[in-house]
Amino acid sequence: MAEPPDALAGHGRGSRLLGSRPFLVSTVSTVVFLSVVTVIVVTSPGWPAVRESFFDPTAMKEAFFGVPEEGLPGVGQAFLLNVRIFVVAEILILVLALVVAVIRQLPGPVFFPLRLMATVYTDVVRGIPLILLIYLFGFGLPALGILGLSSQSEIVYGAAALVISYSAYVAEVYRAGIESVHPSQGAAARSLGLSRWQSMRHVVLPQAIRRVIPPLLNDFVSLQKDTALVSVLGITEAARAAQIYSAHTFNYSSFVVAAFLFILMTIPLARLTDWLIERARRRRQAGGVM
Amino acid sequence: MTEAVRIEGLHKSFGETEVLRGIDLTVEDHEVVCLIGASGSGKSTLLRCIDLLEPIDAGRIWVEGIETTDPDVDENGVRRRIGIVFQAFNLFPHMSVLRNVTLAPREVLRMRDGEAEARGRALLERFGLADKCEDYPDRLSGGQQQRVAIVRALAMEPDVLLLDEVTSALDPVLVAEVLDAVRDLAEQGMTMVIATHEMGFARDVANRVAFLHDGRIVEDARPARIFSNPEHAETRRFLDRVIAAGRM
Repeated sequence: MAEPPDALAGHGRGSRLLGSRPFLVSTVSTVVFLSVVTVIVVTSPGWPAVRESFFDPTAMKEAFFGVPEEGLPGVGQAFLLNVRIFVVAEILILVLALVVAVIRQLPGPVFFPLRLMATVYTDVVRGIPLILLIYLFGFGLPALGILGLSSQSEIVYGAAALVISYSAYVAEVYRAGIESVHPSQGAAARSLGLSRWQSMRHVVLPQAIRRVIPPLLNDFVSLQKDTALVSVLGITEAARAAQIYSAHTFNYSSFVVAAFLFILMTIPLARLTDWLIERARRRRQAGGVM
Repeated sequence: MTEAVRIEGLHKSFGETEVLRGIDLTVEDHEVVCLIGASGSGKSTLLRCIDLLEPIDAGRIWVEGIETTDPDVDENGVRRRIGIVFQAFNLFPHMSVLRNVTLAPREVLRMRDGEAEARGRALLERFGLADKCEDYPDRLSGGQQQRVAIVRALAMEPDVLLLDEVTSALDPVLVAEVLDAVRDLAEQGMTMVIATHEMGFARDVANRVAFLHDGRIVEDARPARIFSNPEHAETRRFLDRVIAAGRM
């Protein structure tokens, strides 16, 4: 498109509107808005100093690639660790949370202890600030001296804390989905002779999971950023690498680089979430007309 | 003739409300029994109790000679031998029509995919749904959905089929196609217990009609008898109301 690059932020909204006139209006208003903001920032008295310490291109490049001879880690390289932690944690969370959610639906007095455990788990873990949980795992587990469990790297403890914390939230998302499937669906499945588990697996869960995909993705956008919290265990991930750079050079451009990398990772997921919500809405409407 | 269903002294309450207050009913093999009565008289609850979808408070039930109210009974095994069709169809919306029909034969009877699909397609064709196999339920009319629900229940080759007001959620123009399907089943000797508000249909298709009132079977007789010369005042009152409402 022939738009100026600073109008990119409004691009999605503008193009979704049909017809050229609304598109033109939204483009112009976006350009005007961004221009005003830019002028206010750039003409502010402190701008030259801010530009130098936050937006210095040389420092940004240096921060991204690192300065090995001075022992400064690259933010770009460190960011790959965030990606790895995120991918592994996400997969484990999807599985663990589903197990917890299904356990909370188990019927009958026999399963009371399991149900109680799952309930206590979601209640307690959601009550603990994530950063405290990371400290507990990172410093508590090694101190226990349990063979195998206590000799892992800080990255494993940090990732484990993320998995334990987020699984509690995601379990609740799954549970809301399971409870949104009308009981008559379960009854229909059971009436055909399917066991409780078969009915859960083939009839209830597929419908439940489809309904909760948007809120699930929303939690994962949040998880992507929270991978930065494991830096408190001394792990050199992107935020920590940026901090090392700024402490060494008194220039904060490294933080801007790290922030930009996080945005690059979260935006596709956020767009995907919106797209899925929109698609679900359109499907519901199509279903209503028929 | 042998007994397909035998019920003795069945009681069922929801909280404070006693919905069934001592039901005794016997259904012979190949017999069609229609349950009639006002809404809330307990027809649906009775059917759900027979299919073990509701726990009962007192009484005993046998299906094909097996006591299903025995605490040690294999509940899934019982349900697989009893088919039930619901008022609201309750098809699985995330599966194609064919998947809806073949799910239980595959999962419960451990039938091979090809075999289950062949059986499913044959049944769907018999009920005029051959071209709907790959469609999803929300693309179908109410009458088509209800026929799929009937096929889904039949795919398990049940000993007894329970129909719970299967036409009550349908447009009047779609009622006939579902009733015709049920009529065919009756002619082929399917044992059925049918809760219905369609009195004309009950008169045509039933071997016996049981009138429920206030959680009890007040009258249980041949349709000719119950519709033309009911014994009980309560039955007469109900039928008068039905006639006044133009439903007969």
